[in-house]
Amino acid sequence: MALIEAAGLRKAFGDFVAVDGIDLQISAGESFGFLGPNGAGKTSTMRMIGCTSPVGGGTLRVLGMDPTTQAAQIKARLGVVPQQDALDEELTVAQNLAVFGRYFGISRAELYRKSGPLLQFAQLTEKAGAKVDTLSGGMKRRLTIARALINDPSILLLDEPTTGLDPQARHILWDRLFRLKREGVTLVLTIHYMDEAEQLCDRLVVMDHGRIVAHGSPRELIRTYASREVLEVRFDVPDHAQKAADVDGLADRVEVLADRLLLYTHDGDAALDALTDRGVHPQSTLVRRASLEDVFLRLTGRSLVE
Amino acid sequence: MTAQPTRRMPLPFPIAFRASGALVERNFAAARSYWRTFVSGFFEPVFYLFAMGVGIGALVGDIQVDGRAIPYAVFVAPAMMATSAMNGAIYDSTANVFGKLKNSKLYESVLATPLQPAEVAAGEIAWALLRGLVYSCAFLLVAAVAGFVQSWWALLAIGVCTLIGLAFASLGMAATTFMRTWNDMDYVQLAILPMFLFSATFYPLDAYPPVLQGVVQATPLYHGVALVRALMMGELGWGLLLHVGYLLALSAFGLWATTRRITRLLMT
Ligand SMILES: Nc1ncnc2c1ncn2[C@@H]1O[C@H](COP(=O)(O)OP(=O)(O)OP(=O)(O)O)[C@@H](O)[C@H]1O
Ligand SMILES: [Mg+2]
Repeated sequence: MALIEAAGLRKAFGDFVAVDGIDLQISAGESFGFLGPNGAGKTSTMRMIGCTSPVGGGTLRVLGMDPTTQAAQIKARLGVVPQQDALDEELTVAQNLAVFGRYFGISRAELYRKSGPLLQFAQLTEKAGAKVDTLSGGMKRRLTIARALINDPSILLLDEPTTGLDPQARHILWDRLFRLKREGVTLVLTIHYMDEAEQLCDRLVVMDHGRIVAHGSPRELIRTYASREVLEVRFDVPDHAQKAADVDGLADRVEVLADRLLLYTHDGDAALDALTDRGVHPQSTLVRRASLEDVFLRLTGRSLVE
Repeated sequence: MTAQPTRRMPLPFPIAFRASGALVERNFAAARSYWRTFVSGFFEPVFYLFAMGVGIGALVGDIQVDGRAIPYAVFVAPAMMATSAMNGAIYDSTANVFGKLKNSKLYESVLATPLQPAEVAAGEIAWALLRGLVYSCAFLLVAAVAGFVQSWWALLAIGVCTLIGLAFASLGMAATTFMRTWNDMDYVQLAILPMFLFSATFYPLDAYPPVLQGVVQATPLYHGVALVRALMMGELGWGLLLHVGYLLALSAFGLWATTRRITRLLMT
């Protein structure tokens, strides 16, 4: 059964259409990602699922319920990590967890039991008594994530969860997310980093201008929208467009970026040899496997991390 | 298709707002860090009671209310009690709520939990009126010890102060949702100060010309003062229910307006 089902889901702010008729089917236990450039409508979609933004059109069902009439029941079973931390700055770290649990009607005794492990997960045990406004950005992010777990949610909605985390904290979070997934929690994420999308998502959709432009597993998407390998070449020129002619015909497709050219081909080394044979000598070159980054570029015409 | 407002299940009153209690708990936890403002808010009406009641009272002597002579302090004390309920309720429902709406994302994260806008409104208003209630209880104690209370009915004035707090907290919070900058907060003072001075607080209603009497009677504090005064002086009558009705109606309106506005502002 699909835990989250959307058909023709829409959201407009005034005349501006932020989400333009999307269809989704997210199953229990799945880890589902939204990928898209800034302003694609990811957060708007997440907020409708989280029942904090009224559905603007089409249908949406979450956990088999209707967000318009059963918001409270739905929200009781969701964990939400918003794009921007919304911690309670007037309270301490421990109070943030406890008070949040009370909003869910969890008893004080149970919260007392839960706080310890959650603080440990957030690596904030030492900071339990500290005011939230004294925490670093990454610490706040970790606390926000810990807080979202206080009600043992069936669905965890994470809007760019790893933004602001250092590499170690990122890996700890991935690990924790994997564990939650094994325990049967459904994960819905928006992601800006391709490596994360490949690691974390069973299935993902690429959104652009409020529409879904592609969907599938990371592997499927790479296979469909990119070649096997990519040859990146960099020249010492202000504008790489003027070098496009030099690589003409060497690859199935060429993408011109501000600082380099991307040559999509099944054999990157062969393309590089051919380039050298032409007497073209770039400043630097790199042959790599195609990634979601390339899929993204292909679909939206923009590179993701600008 | 157009957006539909979030509908609520029609639950009976106390159960429907059970979840709001968590927000009251939250405010209690946060208040520990600003307990000084909390305490100072109590002293203002107490100072007025002694400055006016005792100081001015010595000059004025007894005054005539409905053909009865009473010491001036006895006349002013109920008004100050009603005022303290108003003051307590106003602070937490305006400046505090404004800070939460503008600077912190508190309500956004609360609305991501099972709490809905109506419960957020009820929670904040309940907290604000609790503060007013604490003030008025303490005030009653001081006034009684000082000998300005003439009847045991005065205990009921505590209930009335809850109602005054409810009316002002809900109206104050509704008004706050319309404010854009901290400067707009001055409008609150602009509304509160004349009410404090002219709601038959320092002299009886019949001191005004008839036209102004109508204006005074339209303000909520006037009805609060009239109720508390009647109880503290032990002069009960069915007419008091009119005051109760007025304050109840205002409270209901304020709660409704606040809920609507919070939905408008935050559930976008
Ligand atoms: N409350 C709002 N009022 C008006 N416009 C809004 C509102 N929220 C979002 N938008 C607009 O809707 C569009 C989609 O925004 P959204 O936040 O969903 O994008 P996003 O995919 O999450 O982007 P990002 O990667 O930057 O977080 C944007 O153009 C944004 O300006
Ligand atoms: Mg976003």
